[in-house]
Order: sequence, then C-alpha cells, then structure tokens
Amino acid sequence: MRYIEPHAHMVSRTTDDYQAMVLAGCKAVCEPAFWAGFDRASAEGFRDYFAQLTEHEPARAAKYLLPHYSWLCINPKESENLTLADEVLSIIPEFLGRPNVLGIGEIGLNRNSRNEVAIFEKHVDLAARHNQLILIHTPHLEDKRKGTRIILDVLKNDPRIKPGCVLVDHVEEHTVGMVLGAGFWGGITLYPESKCTPARAIDILESQAGSNLWLNCACDWGHSDPLSVPKTCLEMRRRGHGAESIDRLVFQNPVRFLSQSPHFTLPA
Amino acid sequence: MSSSQVLNLYFIEARSKLIDVAAFLDRVERAGGDDDFRVRAFREALRALAAEGGGAHRAENVLLAFSDPTGEPVERAGGKAAAGAWRGDAE
Repeated sequence: MRYIEPHAHMVSRTTDDYQAMVLAGCKAVCEPAFWAGFDRASAEGFRDYFAQLTEHEPARAAKYLLPHYSWLCINPKESENLTLADEVLSIIPEFLGRPNVLGIGEIGLNRNSRNEVAIFEKHVDLAARHNQLILIHTPHLEDKRKGTRIILDVLKNDPRIKPGCVLVDHVEEHTVGMVLGAGFWGGITLYPESKCTPARAIDILESQAGSNLWLNCACDWGHSDPLSVPKTCLEMRRRGHGAESIDRLVFQNPVRFLSQSPHFTLPA
Repeated sequence: MSSSQVLNLYFIEARSKLIDVAAFLDRVERAGGDDDFRVRAFREALRALAAEGGGAHRAENVLLAFSDPTGEPVERAGGKAAAGAWRGDAE
C-alpha cells in the first residue's frame, strides 16, 4: 500500500514516527505551519520556524527517504495580535520560492473572532497575489459549523480564488456537504477524540463517493496518531473496499490536488 | 455492507460506547453537575440520537446539537480552546 500524508506537524514528532510512516507505505508528507502550543513572542520566532519547515525538517525526513513539503502562515490561534500577524504576513513571501513550499496554510479560524477573520482575509489575499494553493483549518467542536460557513463566504467573495485550488480541512458530517457543494476540496482528519474516527471517516467517504476528499492524521504535539491514515485503510479493507478505491483516496487524490503546485513532484 | 455485516463489525464497539455515555451521565449526576451548559447540550444531542426517521443523519444532527447556531463573528476570541458545546448567547 502507498499513501501520502497531506497534513502532519512533524516538527512535534520523533524520528521513530518518520520510520513508522515510511514502513507503513508513506511516500510523501506535507506539514502546514501550526501553533507551537504557546504564543511566539515575535516575527523573528516565525522566521526561525519557517526555516525549520523549509530547511531542517525536509533534511530530517530525507534520512528516511521521505519527501517533505510545507505550507506557511500564522495560525488563527495567534490572530488576535494583529500587529504580530501583520509582521509575520510580511515575511512569508521570502519563503514562498523555497522548493518544498506548497502554498498558504493552514489558515482559517479558531474561535471565529473578528480579528481572526481579518487575518484570514489577509492570508487569502496573499495567496491570491502569489498564485498559491490554500490549505484551510476549520474550527474545532462547537465552532466548526459557524466557522466553516464564514470561511466559505470569505473565499466565495474573492473572485481571484479558484475553489479547486483550496482544500478545506477537518470536515465532519455537518460541514462536508457545504464544502464539497461549493466546489472546494475537503480533508477528513482522523483523531482519537475530536474530529473523525476511522469508522466515521469511511461513512462520510461512502456517502460522498467519488468526491474530492483526502484523509490526514494532522498529528502534532497533542493526542494524535501519525499512523491513522494506514489504520483507516485497513478499516476500509475490512468493510470491503478494494485496493484501487483505497489508492485513489490516499494517494491519487492528494497527488491530484498537490500537483497544482509547481513544487510538488510525484513520489516514486 | 449488509445490515448483518455492519452489526457484526460494529455492534459490540457501539454498545460499549453507549454504556460509557450512560456511565458518564451517572458520574455527572453523582457529582451534582447536571445544570452545566455542556450537559444541557448533551441531553439535546441524545434526543437527536434517539429521533426516529432521521434518514441516517444522526451523526450530523448530534454535531448540530453541540454547534454555535449564530452567524456573526464574535468580538474577541475567548481563549484558544473550544468547550465542545455552545455556551449560548451569553458567551
């Protein structure tokens, strides 16, 4: 089995996880910029983080023969500080030409505040001006439905944004329809407690057969599982899904979306 | 999958989770936390879960029972973490 892990915060993981993912069939990993678990104090802290995502982490993954890609942004959790967010937005273009950068992400909303919306709109503008793919983070738990609606409204109100170049991640049963219905790609995140279990993810996939969806683990420094995608593939096999449909979901679909970036190359 | 295949694969797991829910509600009641906004949302979600004729949309309806139904952004983020259930207009 082969798969692409399109969303994993590998800076928070050990090299043992890289080894396990490769042994499970992972052919490439994509790492969106994320919140560190604490608020960074300055834009220079983000400059260091973007260097980590574009220089050091690809080198660490390469030791396990795993291509590593990244997305850049300031996370919505840090959008309440408008001054800091503007400073970080101003340094992102310095990194967009780096060979493993796929686009702007994961941007979006966390608690659906006005400042979060303002910084999200600036990220969307940045992506549009630099012709970048967009990876969207939708809010957690009770904030997800409202936040997803606001995010889709912002995207649909910008005529420069092509829905096929935007993936809206962390969809669940109550948001997947509005995302796919508007022409965007959707990501299903497999988490032990929040987001989706493998069984629920497959339920969604079966009800949205043939749609532009991918699976991801979104593993980070919290309770998460870097092998949740291959574990879900096993669950799909238990439910009678064939090798071709699994490959389409976990390998061909990510390749189809990510290949819209000139920096992405088809894994061997 | 056929109905019997679904049941063979998932019944025991779902039964276990349902008993966990019952035990959780017993635990909350013993602790006197019955009036918390999360418990109220939980009870609404249970009504959605038990509704007949849901057209196989129970998971969606349970998620909606916990969701913020409003449309406008809030003035400021009240902390970074969501609670799991909407507190109501007083938030």
